[in-house]
Amino acid sequence: MSYISHPPGQTHVTDALIIGAGPVGLFAVFELGLLDIKAQLIDILDRPGGQCTELYPEKPIYDIPALPVVTGQQLTDQLMEQIKPFGAQFHLNQMAEACVKTDTGFRVTTDQGSVIEAKVVIIAAGGGSFMPKKPPLPGIEAYEGTSVFYAVRNRSAFAGKNIVIAGGGDSALDWTLNLQPIAQHITLLHRRDDFRAAPHSVNAMREMVATDKMSLVIGNPTALQGNNGQLTGIDVTLADKSTTTLSADTLLAFYGLTMKLGPVATFGVGMQNNLITVNTENFETDVPGIFAIGDINTYPGKLKLILSGFHEGALAAQKVFRYVHPDRKWRFEYTTSSSNLQSKLGV
Amino acid sequence: MKINVTDRSGKNHCLDAVEGWRVMEIIRDHAERIPALGIKAECGGALACATCHVYVDEDWVDQIPEPSEEEIEKLDDAFAVDEEFSRLSCQIIMTEETDGLSVTLAPGSEP
Ligand SMILES: Cc1cc2nc3c(=O)[nH]c(=O)nc-3n(C[C@H](O)[C@H](O)[C@H](O)COP(=O)(O)OP(=O)(O)OC[C@H]3O[C@@H](n4cnc5c(N)ncnc54)[C@H](O)[C@@H]3O)c2cc1C
Ligand code: FES
Repeated sequence: MSYISHPPGQTHVTDALIIGAGPVGLFAVFELGLLDIKAQLIDILDRPGGQCTELYPEKPIYDIPALPVVTGQQLTDQLMEQIKPFGAQFHLNQMAEACVKTDTGFRVTTDQGSVIEAKVVIIAAGGGSFMPKKPPLPGIEAYEGTSVFYAVRNRSAFAGKNIVIAGGGDSALDWTLNLQPIAQHITLLHRRDDFRAAPHSVNAMREMVATDKMSLVIGNPTALQGNNGQLTGIDVTLADKSTTTLSADTLLAFYGLTMKLGPVATFGVGMQNNLITVNTENFETDVPGIFAIGDINTYPGKLKLILSGFHEGALAAQKVFRYVHPDRKWRFEYTTSSSNLQSKLGV
Repeated sequence: MKINVTDRSGKNHCLDAVEGWRVMEIIRDHAERIPALGIKAECGGALACATCHVYVDEDWVDQIPEPSEEEIEKLDDAFAVDEEFSRLSCQIIMTEETDGLSVTLAPGSEP
């Protein structure tokens, strides 16, 4: 899959900014594109597809019209193919953090310092932003950002640290290998002596354990020790149910992702039970120029289906057109027979 | 058909169960009435999230079908996993054999 993904920290201008690159955000690019509306997408994940690629890439979906069966990954790949003519630009690995009104529309900023100026904002945030799962250890919040981390943004910040890495997947193993040369010491902590990460990383890890370059502990963390946000140790229950304390000044925890509503709740749009309320004529929120489509919205009769999200995107696009091209007249056209639409699709 | 579920505060609930349903679905349905039974079950039973984690009571561990390799792997994303008793409740299907099953909700699977 090839697409334009922008590095963070720059300023961009576009017609429509879509928050969330799940299936619904992706298809919206198509409906907008037919109406000459340029779109950019932000997603915290490192690839498009939302729940489909993050939660069930290999599982079959049976209720996409005209596709008797399609996997989450295939659906995403097909959507990416379908929207290709419109050259949508992506801002991946970034969380949309704030959205403010400007004279020309809205300014959305990300946690990585990107700024996107857009005439309209379409929130397609699904079940929320995918975020790392936090271990339910008492008082863990006090350590987050100083001693406890769920991702590595700046590798050099881990130099000289006494690090415990918790988890058994690729993230845990990759960072174990990557940080070992610069850390004072690394302990990999996992519930079982079996790893689902890539075999070559597991072998490399085992080699380092065998040569005393790092430690491997089989067990589960139960409590954190330290004060003022500075970790000093981690209590662990070992496989034989005995307990021990690992000395550590840093914990990196990799237990997969979960969806959390996140900053969208602060964008100032009307909400109900953590969902954005919209009208069913054009899926605009109570803030003119901000739309919400897909799993994130609610209205009487709402169904959290991909099918419904596609429909919502199509209807929203008509109203978006009026904001983006106020001087132009909207005409209803079929892709089958309109040479205007076909020229946009490049067919 | 019944299951017994101990919530995170230690209180026991005897719940009506339905043959062929996943234990996760039964708990989730009753949680609408009894909030203490809240279970995240984010992926709806697709073995993609590990947020339906429970501990099966000692007496029951050997009486229910064993976990698949995939389920054992997915438990890596759960917290406070017990190698003997931990299961993902979306992978336990109610049958004659599991009638009366007792489980305890695990930490980290709160909605
Ligand atoms: C296991 C499973 C099986 C399913 N099966 C079906 C099925 O058979 N048929 C069907 O129709 N539906 C099915 N669904 C539901 C379907 O996946 C959802 O309806 C669909 O994914 C919703 O699409 P979306 O684009 O609205 O949101 P999502 O797919 O949730 O995507 C939203 C994206 O927005 C991102 N995001 C949110 N907030 C921010 C932010 N502030 N900054 C940056 N990024 C952000 C998220 O990271 C995410 O990638 C299933 C779901 C699951 C979990
Ligand atoms: S509900 Fe997601 S793994 Fe069971």
